[in-house]
Amino acid sequence: MKVSLSDAVRALRSGWRRAVQTARLSCGIPDYAAYVQHLREYHPDRVVPSYEAFFRERQAARYKGGGGRCC
Amino acid sequence: MHAAIPKPGPAGRILWAVIAVTAAFCLGVVALRRGEPINAIWLVAASIAVFAIGYRFYARFIDHAVLSMDRTRATPAVLRNDGLDYVPTDRWVVFGHHFAAIAGAGPLVGPVLAAQMGYLPGTLWILFGVVFAGAVQDFMILGLSLRRDGRSLGHMLREELGPVAGVVAMFGVLILMMIVLAVLALVVVKALTHSPWGTFTVACTIPIALLMGVYLRWLRPGRIFEVSIIGLVLLLASIAFGADVASSPSLAPLFDFDAKTLAWLLIGYGFCASVLPVWLLLAPRDYLSTFLKIGTIALLALAIFLSAPTLQMPAVTTFIDGSGPVFQGHLFPFLFITIACGAVSGWHSIIASGTTPKLLANEGDARLVGYGGMLVEAFVAIMALIAATSLHPGVYFAMNAPTALIGNTVQHAAIVISQWGFVVTPDELLQTAKNIGETSILSRAGGAPTLAVGMAQLLHNVLPGGGMMAFWYHYAILFEALFILTTVDAGTRVGRFMIQEIAGLIHKPLQATESWTGNLLATAICVGLWGYFLYQGAIDPLGGINTLWPLFGIANQMLAAIALMLATVVVVKRKRERYVWVPGIPAIWLIACTLAAGWEKLVGPISFTAAAAKYADAAKKDALLAPATSMEEMQRIVGNNHVDMALTALFMLLIVTMLGFSLRALMQAWRTPGATTREEPYVALAGIAAGAP
Repeated sequence: MKVSLSDAVRALRSGWRRAVQTARLSCGIPDYAAYVQHLREYHPDRVVPSYEAFFRERQAARYKGGGGRCC
Repeated sequence: MHAAIPKPGPAGRILWAVIAVTAAFCLGVVALRRGEPINAIWLVAASIAVFAIGYRFYARFIDHAVLSMDRTRATPAVLRNDGLDYVPTDRWVVFGHHFAAIAGAGPLVGPVLAAQMGYLPGTLWILFGVVFAGAVQDFMILGLSLRRDGRSLGHMLREELGPVAGVVAMFGVLILMMIVLAVLALVVVKALTHSPWGTFTVACTIPIALLMGVYLRWLRPGRIFEVSIIGLVLLLASIAFGADVASSPSLAPLFDFDAKTLAWLLIGYGFCASVLPVWLLLAPRDYLSTFLKIGTIALLALAIFLSAPTLQMPAVTTFIDGSGPVFQGHLFPFLFITIACGAVSGWHSIIASGTTPKLLANEGDARLVGYGGMLVEAFVAIMALIAATSLHPGVYFAMNAPTALIGNTVQHAAIVISQWGFVVTPDELLQTAKNIGETSILSRAGGAPTLAVGMAQLLHNVLPGGGMMAFWYHYAILFEALFILTTVDAGTRVGRFMIQEIAGLIHKPLQATESWTGNLLATAICVGLWGYFLYQGAIDPLGGINTLWPLFGIANQMLAAIALMLATVVVVKRKRERYVWVPGIPAIWLIACTLAAGWEKLVGPISFTAAAAKYADAAKKDALLAPATSMEEMQRIVGNNHVDMALTALFMLLIVTMLGFSLRALMQAWRTPGATTREEPYVALAGIAAGAP
């Protein structure tokens, strides 16, 4: 089976995207693209927040108690 | 309904047979070779093989038979997808998130303390503890929460064991958290006492975090990765500059503090940090410490693989008889409460019923995230054990034994430690201190400094260079201090909310988290609670860790026992009684360990009672016992020991009460013919489009 260059680039891109997603999620920031898609699909009436606004809201939400972190 | 457990094919059988033989052989080498030192790689290989077998066979058995995780069933993330808290997410992404949330300082400290008994007892407890107890707890609680809309441990306890059991457990969690915060803060105090270099770099994290906060808020909002790189560069610069601070006669005294002053500084810092807006200090430092934590764990693994150190500590030392200088008490039960995180940690049950169950896209992913995540944490604990036991045992004991036993000078320490059978010269102790850029390494208990020296030596083996050991030592100290401070800050906030919730049971308006009165009051109570234990540790005759770590271990294993009791009750309520032993046996084991340890801390030679009596008797005769320098301090030590006694008794009472509630629920469920558990109804995954609200 031949692996083309574009396949390799695509695999690298998706790997990088997942790494970024993991790193952000570990800091309590969920995937912005997924949220935007969710809003467009199910709540077309709502305003889509900018990434900056989304980030601020999630940052504040992470430390509102519950869960905490491990020793 | 009984899901069949998939069996391996012929090729798989051969592979697993090979892995099983490898595991048995490596474990044999680790356990049986005496007289000649072994290489750490045997330990690493044995661990990986045991984890692989546990994951492939035991976890899969739990997955299919005990929890009956159903790949066709919709998870909370799918059912309640809101794009924010409930989001079906790739399993490896959830795995990374979950591991980052469970890994902390715990698995790095416990194994280092337990190394006084040799490498074998700790290794065996970590390996078998994680496979049969720790990972089982994490996985089962995650599985239960998945079936209950991602509800929290407290909520599930209320539903399955009754409302009173829920409130009792909530108190237990609050006290546990206060002890965790105190003991972790004490680890930082111990590492920074009279260390201008360390104190300077840790102090630098505050302006660096503030700068990052401002950058993230106004300059480049939301660019976490970018700002973390900037933060990391500044941190490394502060470590390098710290060497100049430590050697400067005018700057060094500004960062040279004793334990008491450091304790007060941390208490003040904890209060300020947890009332400031999160974006300014807490969040940026949290990002930095999360990335640094994962990076450093990877670095430690790399250093161990590349330098393949020889374990210098014997397999088993004489200190299994309970006479150890690092912590007192026999192998049973004290080994099993000293190594809590890494083998089994009750705190994980809170994480496993927190954000993680709201992210899993499929019930089939729970094994990887819940069981697999805990196996990786156990591997971190094994690495910490390797770092500690690859040190010269004489250096290890000099760093971890209290001043009361080894004195203040290297000459005296070398004599005492050599008498224990670990021959060391004063020069070796001095040289180690010089190599790491410190003036003394004596009595720096708490795990962090020992791990830092171990790590510095391992990294130095791989990347030699003049002065690099001192750099790596302070890097390791900084990395531990950074995430401990984050835990202290975030924990104080969580504790504040819990205190407000409890206060709300008495007086409703106190519950309002937006009110400044409630906020400041609850924060002050919270900081006061952990601050009390921290200060007590700072003036403790045995150095603090010796006293507080068992309390922490008892509390953490108590929570694990509660989580496993919940799992046991649910197994019976689901009418799968034949599997009751899966969570039941580890629950009984942990109850036995915590009650036995609690008892020994209440009565007998190593108890808080005996320590209080010793100081009270001396005070009656107007005699001063070290480290007390006044009658007032003598009285305070007596008082502290009384508080510790009361706390131990409270933990024992708590666990017996929870056992009572569990047994009652268990009997009821056993007698009832049908399933009585409170799962959410089944919804087929195929029936809903992915991402539906």
